[in-house]
Amino acid sequence: MAFTPENLLLANEIVARYPKTKSAILPLAHLAQDQDGYLTQDAMREIAGMIGVTPAEVLGTCSFYTMFKRDEVGRLVVSVCTNVTCLVMGGPEVLEHLEQRYASDKEVTIEEVECLAACGNAPAMQVNYEFHESLTPGSATEIIEAYKAGELTARGVSGGVAGGGQG
Amino acid sequence: MTSVIGAPNAKETRIITKRLRDRPEDSWTLDGFTQSGGYEAFRAALKLDPEAIGAEQVAAAGLRGRGGAGFPTGTKWSFLPKDSYPRYLVVNGDEGEPSTFKDRMLIENDPHQLIEGIAIASYAIGCNLAFIYVRGEFALGFERLVEARRDAIAAGFLGTNILGSGFDLDIVIHRAAGAYICGEETALLSSLEGDRGMPRIRPPFPAVAGLYAKPTIVNNVETLSTVPHIMRMGGSEYAKLGVNKSTGTRIFSLSGHVNRPGNYEVELGVTFRDLIESPELGGGVRNGGKVKFFIPGGASSQWLTGSDEHLDAPLDMDYVQQTFGVMLGSGAVMVYDETTNPALVAWRLAKFFAHESCGKCTPCREGTGWIEKVLYRISHGYGRPQDLDLLLDVGDNISPGLNAPFSQTTICPLGPSAVSPVVSLHKFFREEVIAMCQNNASALHVTASDSGTSDLGAG
Repeated sequence: MAFTPENLLLANEIVARYPKTKSAILPLAHLAQDQDGYLTQDAMREIAGMIGVTPAEVLGTCSFYTMFKRDEVGRLVVSVCTNVTCLVMGGPEVLEHLEQRYASDKEVTIEEVECLAACGNAPAMQVNYEFHESLTPGSATEIIEAYKAGELTARGVSGGVAGGGQG
Repeated sequence: MTSVIGAPNAKETRIITKRLRDRPEDSWTLDGFTQSGGYEAFRAALKLDPEAIGAEQVAAAGLRGRGGAGFPTGTKWSFLPKDSYPRYLVVNGDEGEPSTFKDRMLIENDPHQLIEGIAIASYAIGCNLAFIYVRGEFALGFERLVEARRDAIAAGFLGTNILGSGFDLDIVIHRAAGAYICGEETALLSSLEGDRGMPRIRPPFPAVAGLYAKPTIVNNVETLSTVPHIMRMGGSEYAKLGVNKSTGTRIFSLSGHVNRPGNYEVELGVTFRDLIESPELGGGVRNGGKVKFFIPGGASSQWLTGSDEHLDAPLDMDYVQQTFGVMLGSGAVMVYDETTNPALVAWRLAKFFAHESCGKCTPCREGTGWIEKVLYRISHGYGRPQDLDLLLDVGDNISPGLNAPFSQTTICPLGPSAVSPVVSLHKFFREEVIAMCQNNASALHVTASDSGTSDLGAG
């Protein structure tokens, strides 16, 4: 889907912020991903047109970065750390439990990620880039269920902070 | 300079973490910041000769980069070519070194302190547009920085003709998207220009041709957060803190099997034992256990063990480098007790480096993948006794000689970093690893006629 009129205004503001327009690829891709739920081919074409590069260049850049999802994901992206502190504090157990529990839940996408900089309270995960720390398999499940029930408000799939407010 | 080596019951020395500890309820707001002395150092700096700030304050303070390499900040600033404008300051907020979590805390809880540091540094080097490259996963930190920038503009600390000085400065807060390699400064610049985050060959160094091929200084979040305090205290006074050429304080991110994991700001020169065991710091190993090994300075560093020689070493960047070939790096200290399988930790580190290798240099792109595969089989019960030597051979192709400070066949240090866990296993746990593999070899009935247990340790 093309940028909504409101997001298009924001997108133009983002482009204008940089001495060279290509720098806007990452923030624009975040904006599109928050709007559409993942980074669509249409969005990459639109971004290419806005900043004057080819769609292939936008894809070339965006495919380098793990935060950009180029296929549909659930409304809730749960990123579980298993790096070397979480490894010895129970991160892999949290990951395994969540992968099994939400294997057939289309609303929830579970992914294993590298260090999230939350090692003081390991193991840690993010739900749409909101931190949750000192987890057990049980508490991690409760947190996800709270998001599903609307008791916790989820950020956008890309974190919901695509770069607004810097005008 | 005072040394506090061996001080029993070492405590924190809070300088850059003072505000966020003292007033956790509003440390990130403009009111919280200005009510605790914020922006006064910038106000004072604007009355000074810009060049004197770098030469007489930051250099005199002995400030060294807090991101990993420990390069003297004042020297870095002095590399900018004269009369070449525009020039940029780029803040490295892409904290991703495993088990480092200090910059996230500084960004989330004291964003104005960072902005004040940026403002002073920008004034000192003659920059009118700065960039903060924030790790993409730090959504809250990004929000806090955007809010802080907006409030700083409204209060007249950013913008045009700041505080009537004639100095102009704006800051672009740029959100990254999940690539560890972008913490390497030239990869960061590629990423900020909208490209894949791949490192560039130096020279030219960023100070000569960096962002958009303009002179650029890249400094870490903690480094710049320290600058206002150097101005406040005076460079020579700041230099009295710490030990030898490791002046001042640093935040150490302590994690793993300790009773009190967390970020602790301590004067450089306290020992690893102080950090791990002092009641007000790490509080000792969990369950009354002992340190089996620990990783100082982030995942890229080689390891140290629970020996007295290692635990009693001071947090002195040069001392640990020269004596043990390890680095204080990003300030992360990961502690593992005696229940830990070191091969499993080494494998997980290798998996990380293999995943994060950008693919530009062949020795790293291919080598990290093979290190990960071989460490996987060692740590998961399929190892062969000769595997450790195989790993050293692979490592030697990435970092010839396997020495520290490492040599490299790659553009950036990511590849050699993946060799650190291999060398550490070899140095400290060779017998344990080979014994693990011998048990596997017999249990799995490796049948190839020229392999198995007959050539133990060969290679």
